[in-house]
Amino acid sequence: MTQIEPVQLLLSKKERFDREPDRRSADFHELLFDLESRGEIEVQRVQGDYVTVPTKYGTPKKIQKGHLWHHKSCGQCGHIPGYSTSIFWIMRKLGYDYEDPRDQTSCTAWNYYASATSNQAAQAAVALRNFAAAYETGYFPLIHCGTSYGHYKEVRSELLHQPELRNQVRKVMEKLGKPMVLPEEIVHYSEWLYAMRDEIATNQVLNLKDIAVTVHPACHYYKLVEGDAIYDPDVYHGQRTAAVSGLVQTLGADLRSYSTFFDCCGFGFRHILVQRDFTRSFATLRKIEVMKEEANPDVVLTHDTGCVTALDKSQFAAQAHGRDVGVPVMSEAQFAALAMGAHPYKVCQLHWHSTNYKPLLEKMGIDWKAAWAEFEEELQHLKSGDKEFLTWEDVGV
Amino acid sequence: MRTVTEDPYMKVDRVAGHENVERANKVALMDEVFADPRISHYLYGCYECGICVAACPSARFYDFSPRRIAQAAARRDIDLMFQQMEEDIWECSQCFSCLRCPRGNNPGGIITVMREVAVKNGLHSAQEALHGYSRIIFKIMSTGTQVSPDMLQPDAFPDWGPEVKDVSENLDLWRRALPPETHHTTKTGWAVADKTIVELYLIWLETGALDMIKQVDEGIHMILEEVMEERLEDEGIEI
Repeated sequence: MTQIEPVQLLLSKKERFDREPDRRSADFHELLFDLESRGEIEVQRVQGDYVTVPTKYGTPKKIQKGHLWHHKSCGQCGHIPGYSTSIFWIMRKLGYDYEDPRDQTSCTAWNYYASATSNQAAQAAVALRNFAAAYETGYFPLIHCGTSYGHYKEVRSELLHQPELRNQVRKVMEKLGKPMVLPEEIVHYSEWLYAMRDEIATNQVLNLKDIAVTVHPACHYYKLVEGDAIYDPDVYHGQRTAAVSGLVQTLGADLRSYSTFFDCCGFGFRHILVQRDFTRSFATLRKIEVMKEEANPDVVLTHDTGCVTALDKSQFAAQAHGRDVGVPVMSEAQFAALAMGAHPYKVCQLHWHSTNYKPLLEKMGIDWKAAWAEFEEELQHLKSGDKEFLTWEDVGV
Repeated sequence: MRTVTEDPYMKVDRVAGHENVERANKVALMDEVFADPRISHYLYGCYECGICVAACPSARFYDFSPRRIAQAAARRDIDLMFQQMEEDIWECSQCFSCLRCPRGNNPGGIITVMREVAVKNGLHSAQEALHGYSRIIFKIMSTGTQVSPDMLQPDAFPDWGPEVKDVSENLDLWRRALPPETHHTTKTGWAVADKTIVELYLIWLETGALDMIKQVDEGIHMILEEVMEERLEDEGIEI
């Protein structure tokens, strides 16, 4: 009888893991176009004018300038409506056409990461239904939410690598009468703002050199499928994502760093809704207080729904504990819109925010009292029935 | 008293707790976890360096460690994984900061899969973690948007400051003061087309996502099922 060496015996029981020696994520395009050529999926191509931007491992990414299909965000539309309004406003101001669809659902990933009451096939089918809806209009998808963006990149990766999942989702899409389609690029609105930063700066009306800004990079933007996020050697030497920070630099604001930039905001998906003691603690102790101590910003800018919510809303209750809080929080879209002369209430809708933003507006040279009076005048028209809604014409675009 | 399991690598059930649960049940649950095709991309062993713990927000405020999640899964430690499923996984923030792992592990992703299995099997931890969350499940599954403006009520969010009351009192007016035409809604984040909702319902039904709700909240499942079936019947769609 052959005697098995003790070491061999141990090794035979040990779990084996295969992994790529190079941790850089591969360029997904090859697989995407291969599946397209085999007739498995359709690919919605970038069309018309586009800007090529650098990503983490050097793969170029095309950002289509106009003719975009806005995949809206639950939290932005629901309780930070100045966020999405500012994205639309900037696009109109720069003269790019877009589609604001009703044929769009949430990506449902907030719920998925909060409760797991869904599954891989459902999440992929929701994503593909939305992509198909965009494809049918001919407009190219632009994703407003950082979590939708990150989740859709995960879904794309799963679909490209798992034939069983593709088959499962294909059956659902056939029932819906929709094609299996993925866009050539999955683009976050903050990538569009980064790509358009010079055009935005050309339309800038405020001087921001005295405005100190800290940036919270959104986890789901650059940690999920990290190779597909924008990194620029001119922004933190390419060591942090250039989304948001690149725009802040181009706008001429005073971009300041702080040590906990990599930390998340504390949103937690489930926690922000039913366990906010955690969210409040993390957002204030690990983010806001550290930023105040190390960088003393006039404003915190970020590029995701959950981050604006967690960082802004957590500060009120923290005051009761004597914490050193009190920094306004908004998206870089709202900040850029303000820089381009957007109305702080009619467009940026800052009255939906919690932390006091008025000192910031004063420092930016915006007369918030006069602006609020103008907004109230509009509200009177709505109340009296003179008009039903505030329109784009009312805000000059 | 037993001090070791049949495999010396594994944590004994006495230490892991939940010894009243049949081991066969634990094994079946973990088989479900490892049958998920994502797991092989989420787990590559563990250096025990702790980088994931340093990056983890939940580790700072809870007795929670993404390193333990990766290690238990890599060792196939059934008892410890079951303990984590019942006691740890719902603390995770799902921020995926742990993807900083130099080994390429994704503890957050492993947790997503473990949570899914916990929900599907109606584990106590899932029911407890989602207690009070059901209305959100109802909102997203029935309307296609996760949160709606009318959820901003001062009694639900007293810690968000007095502005919540302002929003709540002026909701209809302030929603009409939004230039985007899709934003004049109060019960959904934006206006979602009827046909879009029908398509979403089909997805929930066809993929078994709706069935998962039954295990964590039978009441919500019943209402959702009724809403969806009625709507699809109106459209002449057979399930």
